[in-house]
Amino acid sequence: MSVTVSMIVNGKSVSAEVDPRTLLVDFLRVDQRLTGTHVGCDTSQCGACVVHVNGKSVKSCTMLAAQADGAEVATIESLAIDGQLHPMQEAFRQNHGLQCGFCTPGMIMSALDLVNVNSNPSEREIREWLEGNLCRCTGYHNIVKSIQAGAEAMSEV
Amino acid sequence: MYSFDYKRPSSLDEATQMLRNSDDGHVLAGGHTLLPTLKQRLASASDLVDLAGIEELKGISSADGVVTIGAMTTHSEVAASSEVQNAIPALADLAGGIGDPQVRNKGTIGGSISNNDPAADYPAALVGLNATVNTTSRSISADNFFTGMFETALGDGEIVTSVSFPVPHSAAYCKFPNPASRYAIVGVFVARGSDGVRVAVTGAGASVFRAREIEAVLNQGFSASSVADIQVSDEGLNEDIHASAEYRAHLITVMTKRAVDKANG
Repeated sequence: MSVTVSMIVNGKSVSAEVDPRTLLVDFLRVDQRLTGTHVGCDTSQCGACVVHVNGKSVKSCTMLAAQADGAEVATIESLAIDGQLHPMQEAFRQNHGLQCGFCTPGMIMSALDLVNVNSNPSEREIREWLEGNLCRCTGYHNIVKSIQAGAEAMSEV
Repeated sequence: MYSFDYKRPSSLDEATQMLRNSDDGHVLAGGHTLLPTLKQRLASASDLVDLAGIEELKGISSADGVVTIGAMTTHSEVAASSEVQNAIPALADLAGGIGDPQVRNKGTIGGSISNNDPAADYPAALVGLNATVNTTSRSISADNFFTGMFETALGDGEIVTSVSFPVPHSAAYCKFPNPASRYAIVGVFVARGSDGVRVAVTGAGASVFRAREIEAVLNQGFSASSVADIQVSDEGLNEDIHASAEYRAHLITVMTKRAVDKANG
C-alpha cells in the first residue's frame, strides 16, 4: 500500500510514493535528505522537529507526509541564502543561543512563527511561546535573548 | 504504527461512505492524539479518513447569541478569532492554553471532543457553556455527549461537524496544568448564563462533570467567597502519580474560586 504525496519543500516541488505511515519528518529527512530537522522525543513534546506547513509551525513527527500533500513546507534549510545566515540564525550565533545545537532548528522555526504573529514579542511572550520547545543544555536564557535580538533584526530589514 | 490506508475525502458524504466501507476506519482530524497513539501501537486502523479536505468543517460564525465553530477549526484559530474573543473570551482563552503553539496549530475542537481525554480542556468549555454538538446525523447537548473516559455518544461512522456555544453573561476557565504534559490535573470552567451558573470540571474524574453543589451556592451569590465552605468529596476522582484524589478534590474548589474571580473581572 502506498500513497502519492506532492508538496513544495523549501520552494521546490517534490513528489514521491510513500507508505501511508510515513511521518512528515521522515519524508523530509530520509526521502528529501533534509537532515536539519531533527527527531528528539518523537512524542510531540520536544519541538526539535518543528517545520512550517503553509506558514505555520508544526511538529513534523506528529504529522503524516500524506497530510502535507499539496502544502508548502519550509525547513531550517530554507533560511540561509547563499551562505548568508537568516537574521534569526545570526542572532542565535551572536547571543550564544545554542550549545549542542540539537534543539536549534526547531527553536528557530518556532521563533519565526512567533515573529510572524507578533513582530515585537516581550521576554514573557517568547518564554510562553517556547512551551513546546525543549533545550536540554539549559540554554533558555540565551535562546530568549537570541529570539528578541532576531525579531529586532528582522524588523529592521 | 501498524499499516493503514490513508484517505482524504472532499465531502462529508464521501467521508461517511469511506468509514462505512472500511473494516476498522478511523477519522483523522488534527491527529495530535491519534498519531501518537498509533505510533505506540496502542491503537490501529485499517483506514485513516482525513477530514482536512472538507471545507464545510472549517470556520467560525456567530448569530443570535450563538457562536458556532466548525469541527476542523484549530485551537490557534479559535484563540485568535476576534469573533470568539468578543463573544466568549473565556473560550478563546481556553483554546490558547491547550498544549503548545505547534499543537494548537494542528489540534482541532472536533478531534479533541471526539477523543474525550479525561484531562482535555475543551470538554469543560462545552459542558460549562451548555453547548450543542452537531454531527452528521443529529445534535447532542454537551451534557449528554461526554459519556465516560475516552467515550462519547458518537455512534459508528458518526462525525462531529460543529459545536454551537450560547454566549454567556460571563465565563472563565482556570486549570492547574501538569508541569510536564500541560494537561489539566484539574480544570474548572465557570459560566453564568440565562439558565444560571454552570461549573464544569475536567481532569478530576473519568470524564468531564458538573459540580452541582458548587453551582447551587454560586447561583445564590456569584463570588469566590460563596465557595469558601464547600468541600468537594474525593469519591471516584482520579488518582495517579501526579495527584491524589483528595488533592484533586481540593483543586476543584481552588480552580473554581480563581475562575469566578476571573469571570467577575
